[in-house]
Amino acid sequence: MSPTSAPSNEPGPGTAAQGATTAPAPPGRTGRGPRGSRRPLARFLARRVAVALLLAVAITLVTFVLTNLVPGDPVSANLGQQALGDPAIVAQWRADHGLDRPLPEQYLLHLEGLLHGDLGMSQQSHRPVRDDLAEFVPATLELAGTAILISLVLGVAFGVIAALRRDRLSDHVLRIASLIGISVPTFWLALVAFYVFFFRLQITPGSGRIDPGMSPPPQVTGLYTVDSALSGQWDVFASAVGHLLAPALVLALYTIGLLTRFTRSAVLEVLGQDYVRAARAKGLPGRVVLFRYVLRPALVPIITVAGLAFGSLLSGTVLVEAVFAWPGVGQYAYKSATTLDLPAVMGVGLVVGLVYLVINLVVDVLYGVVDPRVRVS
Amino acid sequence: MTLTISGLTVSIGGAEILRGVDLEVGAGRVHGLAGESGSGKTVTGLAVLGLLPHGSRTAGRIELEGRDLLAMPAKRLNAVRGAEIAMVFQDPATSLHPMVTVGVQLTEHMRHHLGVGRKEARDRAVGLLAKVRIPSPGTAVDRYPHQFSGGMRQRIAIAVALACEPKVLIADEPTTALDVTVQAGILRLLRGLCDDLGLAVLLVTHDLGVMSAVADEVSVMKDGLVVETGPRGQVLTEPRHAYTRVLLESLPGDGPKLPQEER
Repeated sequence: MSPTSAPSNEPGPGTAAQGATTAPAPPGRTGRGPRGSRRPLARFLARRVAVALLLAVAITLVTFVLTNLVPGDPVSANLGQQALGDPAIVAQWRADHGLDRPLPEQYLLHLEGLLHGDLGMSQQSHRPVRDDLAEFVPATLELAGTAILISLVLGVAFGVIAALRRDRLSDHVLRIASLIGISVPTFWLALVAFYVFFFRLQITPGSGRIDPGMSPPPQVTGLYTVDSALSGQWDVFASAVGHLLAPALVLALYTIGLLTRFTRSAVLEVLGQDYVRAARAKGLPGRVVLFRYVLRPALVPIITVAGLAFGSLLSGTVLVEAVFAWPGVGQYAYKSATTLDLPAVMGVGLVVGLVYLVINLVVDVLYGVVDPRVRVS
Repeated sequence: MTLTISGLTVSIGGAEILRGVDLEVGAGRVHGLAGESGSGKTVTGLAVLGLLPHGSRTAGRIELEGRDLLAMPAKRLNAVRGAEIAMVFQDPATSLHPMVTVGVQLTEHMRHHLGVGRKEARDRAVGLLAKVRIPSPGTAVDRYPHQFSGGMRQRIAIAVALACEPKVLIADEPTTALDVTVQAGILRLLRGLCDDLGLAVLLVTHDLGVMSAVADEVSVMKDGLVVETGPRGQVLTEPRHAYTRVLLESLPGDGPKLPQEER
């Protein structure tokens, strides 16, 4: 698309990799003129949230159906040989867990439970799934959240530097480094990092979320770093941060590389736009040109990629959690899946689905915040 | 204020684009710069603002009130840009920031260069929009560029250029991307502003029709050189240089029509 013929309502540079996230409004549907401009952001948000709620219900149905389609009998997975031989015990167990009712009824019961925050009992831990998730989900969110934060800060910064210093040494170094970041498999990197930095150099603490002798901080958010800071236990805080850094960096390496590359190309594309030249012609200070005229338009594709990257990062946690013995939802999901602990599997599926939903909602909302043309359409 | 370009040479990536350009634009005058694509018209305009691509080498002088813009340190040149010399670009669809309101784009450099407060800047912005004849300027300031038509956007771009009351305006093909029906309005606006504000306008265009409608002086460029320069009536009716004759003969019909009454 040549710059002279580009329609003004083009949704921004490089909106290629959209995949799972909703694309910004297609060109041609925007530019409607003044109407629809009354409180457009509020209306845009309301619409997005409504869609998200519908999708949440859909997720419960999908997790339920998928879990029940899995071949395998939870009865044989949970009862011992002797008990399995006794039809009365089997029937009793099935009745206890609601497995003797027709599927639609099971689903409605499941939904009703969900509304009360009841996710059923885990057949393995014999605890409510809700309690299990409350323990494991924050651990994973702390790990993944830290990783995405690191990726956003470093990835965007590296990408901007590489673009501004195009074809100079720093650009080449960053491009090669980001390529390595993308190419290295996470599980391999996790093993190597654990071996080198813990066993050999002993500069990172070992596995787990805090040092072995310490007791976790009182649970408020479930994030050890936040909870320990809230309760003023700074030794626990230091330990939690120390334990968090290595796995989070390992997890972040791929997304740092990805974001560096996408940010670089997005910024380069914006740098060639007429309005950047026009901003320079206005004699604006360099930082205004950089942040308002270059970074803001470049954010649209960066947000898209960051949303997708967070998804891939979540699946990466399963492996990283295994290597660093991080007691997160990945480990829990693995255990419950292999023992056909259906309520636990459904619970995990629901949580993961909701996390994706929230990410996509955030991405959509950010589009609207960054680019007013998305709101008006 | 007079803008004087003398002996300007520019080479970009080893290729010599300008080979000693001489031009003078006086206050209250529109100086038309004509020539085919690649003749160096746009580069001349960009050189004045120091907006040439990285790795460009320049020589010669670009003088504004006795100051040589080419010899100026970057920081001081940035204080001249937008404040004393402003620019209007070819395509208003791409030269305005699509995600920022018209009001912000009208006031950001005003506040930076002139130190005007938020409230006053906004009032001035409304006044500027009225001056370039944007309907209901009071609400237009809070809208985004995509909510305006192409001609309206170019008027807004002109208002942006005039915000700091510059003395020199460089207009690079300001009507090329617009409908013919809209072109005349923009040209009238430019001519009027030039007369009212005493602006020195360098009008870059390949369109001799546009040139004949508004320019006081006309320069014709070919291969990085100004081959002919003079008053509009003379250059467009009794061209001395062969290339100017070729350009004129390439026009459909009987050549450019000069306005009946001379200003």
